[in-house]
Amino acid sequence: MTIGVAVTVNGTRHQIADVEPRLLLSDFLRDTLGLTGTHVGCEHGVCGACTVLMNGDSVRSCLTLAVQANGADITTVEGLGTPEALNSLQAQFREHHGLQCGFCTPGMLITGEDLLRKYPLATDDEIREGLSGNLCRCTGYQNIVAAIRSAAALRQRNNK
Amino acid sequence: MKPAKFDYIAPTTLNAAVEALAAANGEGKILAGGQSLLPLLNFRMVRPSILVDVNGIRELSFIELRGETVVIGALTRHRELEQSPLIATELPVMAAAMRHVAHLAIRNRGTIGGSLSHADPAAELPMLALFYEAAILVQGISGRRIIAAEDFFVDALTNVLAPDEIVVEVQFPPLRHDGWSFQEKARRFGDFALASIALSIRHREARIDEARVAVMGVADTPLRLRTVEQSLVGIEIESPATADQFARLVTSSVTPNSDLHASAEYRTHLLEGLARRAMTAALAGMGTKQ
Repeated sequence: MTIGVAVTVNGTRHQIADVEPRLLLSDFLRDTLGLTGTHVGCEHGVCGACTVLMNGDSVRSCLTLAVQANGADITTVEGLGTPEALNSLQAQFREHHGLQCGFCTPGMLITGEDLLRKYPLATDDEIREGLSGNLCRCTGYQNIVAAIRSAAALRQRNNK
Repeated sequence: MKPAKFDYIAPTTLNAAVEALAAANGEGKILAGGQSLLPLLNFRMVRPSILVDVNGIRELSFIELRGETVVIGALTRHRELEQSPLIATELPVMAAAMRHVAHLAIRNRGTIGGSLSHADPAAELPMLALFYEAAILVQGISGRRIIAAEDFFVDALTNVLAPDEIVVEVQFPPLRHDGWSFQEKARRFGDFALASIALSIRHREARIDEARVAVMGVADTPLRLRTVEQSLVGIEIESPATADQFARLVTSSVTPNSDLHASAEYRTHLLEGLARRAMTAALAGMGTKQ
């Protein structure tokens, strides 16, 4: 059995005629669309590396079927900014050295985006609680928290 | 780490979903939020012949007040419960518990119907259903029936749903109490609980005259502690010994198992601390909440 999927990813509309129902959204993004910015770590919802935005909400793409994204609007890390023009959160990750090997970074950035939009992130505890579903084995999280704290302050200032 | 093959259908009505499940002869699975089902599929621990995706059934997604009862549609996401002003005022223990339910990306997808159907003994919503004496409305091929939360959970990951039945809505009668608390401890914030306790009390003059207590993470299903509730009646709320007394009552009424995550001794110790904290918080909140 295959099913047609029409999905908008980072503003580009894709229509794929023959998607197997068992294909995970993570594999669809990487293998079918060639968007390898979304990383695949644990494939059971624990590590958070594969997190993408689906209709504005962060979701685990390894816990979502590609066919469930039919009609949805997806943003992956490629959609946040470009190497020439990083978005403000990406710029703060660079500024604060919020990554080392970079494997968890796409998930951290997408989760950070969702957190920045949904929570005031007034305290580090709130940021850490928000990041509790994303594993990083390099940084010890300090610099990731610092990057998000700084992005939250910047965006708050810009919204005033 | 990839699911085995299955067929897929995404009906837009409840009747069509029930018919698809019945036609699958027990080989079908409902896909709601998918936050427990997808890991099981990825590990090939379950190999359904067909997935019935209920995400398109709009009638299953709502939070409303029906008379005095808060009714929650099965497809309501955890994030919606976390954010609902109605839940915050009518079911404050649920509101407090929701931030412990997994992580934001999971809460964005996970549903109340899915959580009850999966029946994880360390998940918050099954425990809350028991705590609030919720009634669970389900629909199968032969019609609808209402199941009391107390009769719903049989064992770890096991409930009384027939293979063709879908949870439609969950009805929560609010507690008209004046002190409450929800306490939980997990290895990592948002992970499944090592132990957790929900407490709600009402007082008349200086004594507790009604109490509700439920715990989880310490048995194969969440537990309502009725004997502890009865023992709390008449206890003085001003007494400094009340929290310790409650902690002792709770730990003496459960016998946790040891597993990979924690020993029985540790869980008992943890529950004792959480119970003390819960009673202290519930007593401190008295008079400030209706």
